This record gives sequence, C-alpha cells and structure tokens, in this order.
Amino acid sequence: MIRSALPLAVFILMVGLLGYGLSLDPKVVPSPLIDKPAPVFSLPMLEDPARRLSTADMNGRIWVLNVWASWCVSCRAEHEVITKLAGRNLVTVVGLNYKDKSDDATRWLEQFGNPYATSVIDIDGRVGIDWGVYGVPETFVIDADGMIKYKHIGPVTHESLEQKIMPILEELLG
Amino acid sequence: MRILLLLLLFGCLLAPVRAAIEAYEFDSPAMEADYNQLVDELRCLVCQNQNLAGSDADLAQDLRRETYEMLQQGKSRQEVVDFMVARYGDFVLYRPQFKSSTYLLWLGPFLLLVVVLVIVVRRLRAAAKPVGVDAGALADAKKLLEADESDEQGAESEKKAGSEQ
Repeated sequence: MIRSALPLAVFILMVGLLGYGLSLDPKVVPSPLIDKPAPVFSLPMLEDPARRLSTADMNGRIWVLNVWASWCVSCRAEHEVITKLAGRNLVTVVGLNYKDKSDDATRWLEQFGNPYATSVIDIDGRVGIDWGVYGVPETFVIDADGMIKYKHIGPVTHESLEQKIMPILEELLG
Repeated sequence: MRILLLLLLFGCLLAPVRAAIEAYEFDSPAMEADYNQLVDELRCLVCQNQNLAGSDADLAQDLRRETYEMLQQGKSRQEVVDFMVARYGDFVLYRPQFKSSTYLLWLGPFLLLVVVLVIVVRRLRAAAKPVGVDAGALADAKKLLEADESDEQGAESEKKAGSEQ
C-alpha cells in the first residue's frame, strides 16, 4: 500500500511545485535594492538642464521615483495612474527620464500632462543601471531616510497603485 | 553537397551566439578573455534567456559597455560581478555563487545521486540474497519432488512396456 502510494505522493508534490512555478512571473526579478540606501545621483532637470536634482535634495522626504521615457509605450498606459498618485499630494513624484531625447520628452509631457514635481535626465542610462532598472517603466518608493522600500516593475495599474503602493506610502506617512 | 550543408548547420549550432557589435580594444589578451567570460556568464535582464554577449537589447549594450569600462579601470572580474549583483541580484548570474541560499542548487544533484545509489545498492543486495526458507519445509518439498519423480519414472516404464507389446 505504502509502496504504491509513494509514486503518487511524489507526483502530487511535483505537480504542486510546478504549479507554484507557473504562478510566478519570470519577468519580475526581485530587486536586491529593497531596504538598501537609494543609489545616489545628481542629474540635470528636464525643465531646466542648468539646474540639477540630487538624491541628497530628497533627504527627509518620502518620494517616488518613476522611470519613464517618451519612447516607452507602457509608460503612456501608466501615465494616468502616476497622475492620480501625484494628484493626491501625499509624496513627491520625481520622474527619471531614461535614455530619451529631451525634446521628445518635453513634447510627451506637454501632450499627456506632467505629473512630476520634476523629471531628471538620465541620458546614457547609467543612473538606471545603478538603480537596477532593466525595463521601463519602473517605480520606486523611497522613505525619508533614503531607503528604497518598494520597487514596481512594469506599468503601475490602478490595482497595483491601491493594493501595493498606497499601503506602503500610508505606512511610511504614519 | 548535402553533407557540406549539414556540417555548416552544425557549425552554426556550435558557434557561441554573439550579437556584440561593439569593437572594444583591450590592453591585454587577459583583459579580453575576462571580458568575454563576463559577457558570457552575465544574463541580459531584458531578454532573459540570453547572456550579455548574445543579446542586442539596449540594456545589454549598456551593461557590456559598463563591463568594458570597469575592466579598463583595472577592476577585477569579481568586482564586475559584484557590481552587477548589487544592482540586479543573483538573477544576472548564469553561474550562481556558492552560498547558503544556493547550497541546494549546487549540491542537490549530488544529493539526489547519492539517494538513488543507496536505493539501487539496497535493491541489488535484496535481489542477491537467497530467500530464507524453513529447513523443514525445504526437506518436505524435496521429498515430494523425489516421490513425484519416481512416480513418473514408474509410469513411463509402464508405458514403454505397454507400447512394446
């Protein structure tokens, strides 16, 4: 009896494991940066490249960094969600304009509206590499101590905003 | 002709896939070897089943450039790997590091092999061992067999005698 049940038990175990594997999204790579200090940058602003924004300027503030580009189609899809988040005025939403042409980026913001407090220019993608960006859009939540608390890969949907990002922001805001 | 084509086809399969189009110049053959090994072993995060060497994705190009520049600055291979892991996690490694979270990954196959070997050896031993039978029962069986044989012999000789007649 036990002898015949063993292969079945192994089979069920395998099916369970494989089923769990299927439920995971292989495109989502867990970031090693969670609960680590946000990589520092000092980048020119899109609106006025003579001025720079650095991560040090954001110290003491809870902020969201949204990586976007005018060439990125899914950025357009999440644009209204980012606008909704920024409209709540809970946190500062900074854009990281990733490997984009500034003219295109400016036109994109004019066309769709600008939800960002400011956007900084990462022309060659080096800051993106420091932040472990591998697909635009990506969204980071950084706390007042400059620690990355959350990373969202891909476009933020209304659901992921309410169910994932908002609870973290609310917890940080206390 | 056909054989030549087949050989060519296999040649394509054997050649490492390379999309790298940048012509980087290296100070030394050793550095070039380091570079080639790194872009072979680091995964492209955009097209996840390709390494940096084989991917033409934008990010792969950037990461190749990063790799090249770090080597030019005199950084070691390990330093480049650490740089990538710090940003993208262990996932970038096609050759995972040997550490507590990957012990099972590295040792699992050997563990499985040991388990299978133990099972096989035990089975073989069990098969080779003579089946234990009660001595009394064996003697009874023998007696029965002998009796049967002598019966048969008797019957056969009777038959023979009958046919001769």
